[in-house]
Amino acid sequence: MEELKTAVISALVSNKPGVLNRVAGLFSKRSYNIESLSVCTTEDERLSRMTIVAKGDEAILEQIVKQLAKLIDVKKALELDTDASLMRELILIKIKVLPHQRPEVESTANIYKAKTVDLSPDSMVLELTGDEGKIDAFINILKHYGIIELARTGVMVLQRGDASIKANDENE
Amino acid sequence: MKGAQIVIECLVEQGVDTVFGYPGGYVLDLFDELYKASGRIRQILTCHEQGAAHAADGYARASGKVGVVFATSGPGATNLVTGIATAYMDSVPLVAVTGNVSVASLGRDSFQEIDIAGVTMPITKHNYIVKDVAELAETMREAFRIARSGRPGPVLVDIPKNIQQDDCPFTPRKPEPIGRKPAREGELDAAADLIGKAERPIIYYGGGVISAGASAELVAFAEKADMPVASSIMGLGGFPASHPLFMGMIGMHGHAGITKALLECDLIVTLGARFSDRVAGDRKRFFPQAKKIHIDVDDAELNKNVESSASVNADLKDALPRLAAKIQGAERPEWRKRCADLLAAHPPKESRADVSPQAVLKALNALHGGGIVATDVGQHQMWTAQTYRFEKPRALLTSGGLGTMGFGLGAAIGAAVATGERVALVTGDGCFHMNMNELVTAAVYNLPVTTLVFNNNVLGMVYQWQKLFYGKRFSSTVLNRPTDYMKLAAALGAKGFEIKKNAEIEGVLKKALAVKGPALVNCLIGSEESVLPMIPAGKGAEAMILEIDN
Repeated sequence: MEELKTAVISALVSNKPGVLNRVAGLFSKRSYNIESLSVCTTEDERLSRMTIVAKGDEAILEQIVKQLAKLIDVKKALELDTDASLMRELILIKIKVLPHQRPEVESTANIYKAKTVDLSPDSMVLELTGDEGKIDAFINILKHYGIIELARTGVMVLQRGDASIKANDENE
Repeated sequence: MKGAQIVIECLVEQGVDTVFGYPGGYVLDLFDELYKASGRIRQILTCHEQGAAHAADGYARASGKVGVVFATSGPGATNLVTGIATAYMDSVPLVAVTGNVSVASLGRDSFQEIDIAGVTMPITKHNYIVKDVAELAETMREAFRIARSGRPGPVLVDIPKNIQQDDCPFTPRKPEPIGRKPAREGELDAAADLIGKAERPIIYYGGGVISAGASAELVAFAEKADMPVASSIMGLGGFPASHPLFMGMIGMHGHAGITKALLECDLIVTLGARFSDRVAGDRKRFFPQAKKIHIDVDDAELNKNVESSASVNADLKDALPRLAAKIQGAERPEWRKRCADLLAAHPPKESRADVSPQAVLKALNALHGGGIVATDVGQHQMWTAQTYRFEKPRALLTSGGLGTMGFGLGAAIGAAVATGERVALVTGDGCFHMNMNELVTAAVYNLPVTTLVFNNNVLGMVYQWQKLFYGKRFSSTVLNRPTDYMKLAAALGAKGFEIKKNAEIEGVLKKALAVKGPALVNCLIGSEESVLPMIPAGKGAEAMILEIDN
């Protein structure tokens, strides 16, 4: 069994209804493992950007990119070199915090550069941006207070420097 | 111009001469415009939308043009699904146009409303729901372009009723020629290098050769490289069966001599084929001693099922002549002789039953030689692929990928409409009962479709598996149906015939093939006839079964 690798795939897709359905359908139809998927608008209103984090061996990851590229609504799909990319995720996390615990939580938040965005007598909502590892560590450390609920955006990625997904297209 | 009229004008623009279909409440406008365009486009009404989809598919397979099918919303649209999936699995260019409820009623579970775009998403190359008449013409053009380009496939366009009725200016536009994906020089060089080093190469090609129209290029390439040629079922006819380099069909029920030769070869050159499980068996152990070259227009097929040493992502019509130019002409008399010996050592099994399926097929070959043959799915399909000699592309219409029982009659009708020629349908008694209603369609249009029912009173292929792998527990495969084929033929407007022993084959077939319209020949073969050889599903060549003890 080849080793499983986690890959970040960036895709430019038509900004039309149903496109998310097509991409999600492709993953379920071919039994690909999807870790996270985020969709956002881009500088061009006709296009959206999907960032997909997927797990598989080399052959599967190659298939994922090729099968994505086959969809008519996918204008460009490529696996990003994570070392040459900026990866960020945003999390909102609501935890049980009694008033006497607040200073301790705030100091933890400060270390992670998280913001307190809501406060109630028995709970707090914190906001943090960072790469996946940082977010995971932050969740872990807050666990013992009791997590009421949390929401993560999934990873968003841009290549560092001048590189862009469109430029990749032109180089072909 | 009204939306419905725009659709028809777009069809004319694309050179469409025939529409298969079935009317209904939400395509009244489309059929009204078809009626007005009757001098330019022929309508073929089937008995069921599934038959219409298979007919449009058969039309496309036989002619190389895009098949077009119309159906109404809801059940009309869902009845197309098996036909669209069949075309999808075999890469057949098809445009399906469905009506739907008006945009304002969408999403309200209106009468006969179904999200057919959602339903067909995984079985189309692409699909559309048109919500603005201004986008209708462009969508229709795009649908045809997508259906025909690269690896062909079905496209569905769902048009709500109000869009068919809305007005919009229309400017006709000639379709642009579709480019062929050219091969990269470096990829061809790597492939040529492997060919140069090979001593015992074999070509394994598939339906991609036929869709690319690259049969002549394949012959020239094979001759220059002096390579024996094996075909997938979808490729049959893409390389002439009478050519000295042709070995026959590869795979689960392929020629045993080919399987043996593949065990000895050192290079497999795969052209427009996809290592389907019915060819590759255990894909992880597909003749590991041989290097592989894979050329396909669909990049996603490369290294999908079997990993190749050299891959070329290109249209075969571009790649094959350029690859041929890069290789030294070779002579491999010893390897050719070895392959011929292996073929001769494993002659195809011939039935000794009162009516031998092989004898019927050989007689059909002699009397209908060169003519188009459609099949359904199962034993009769494999016997046809093994026995009939396909000399030219587009002569075999068969559901290779989806394995759709009930495909054949619709497909034969479509092919007869497309070519104006006689089409023979070889089917089984199981498959025939699935969509035999379409015999009526053949009668209405007086189409020369000669149906041979290989009637063995069992669902033969499943029966064979039960015999081999399920302890002869024949669950739901023994039919014992009271169908009287002679009366049935007469009732549905066809001429009926019967073959009860081998001596009758030639005489009956001659008569049946001379009938102007549809003919139905009930061939009473035995229940215990098997398809051999057989490599059990998921197994390698070593598991090949050559005999079955009844």
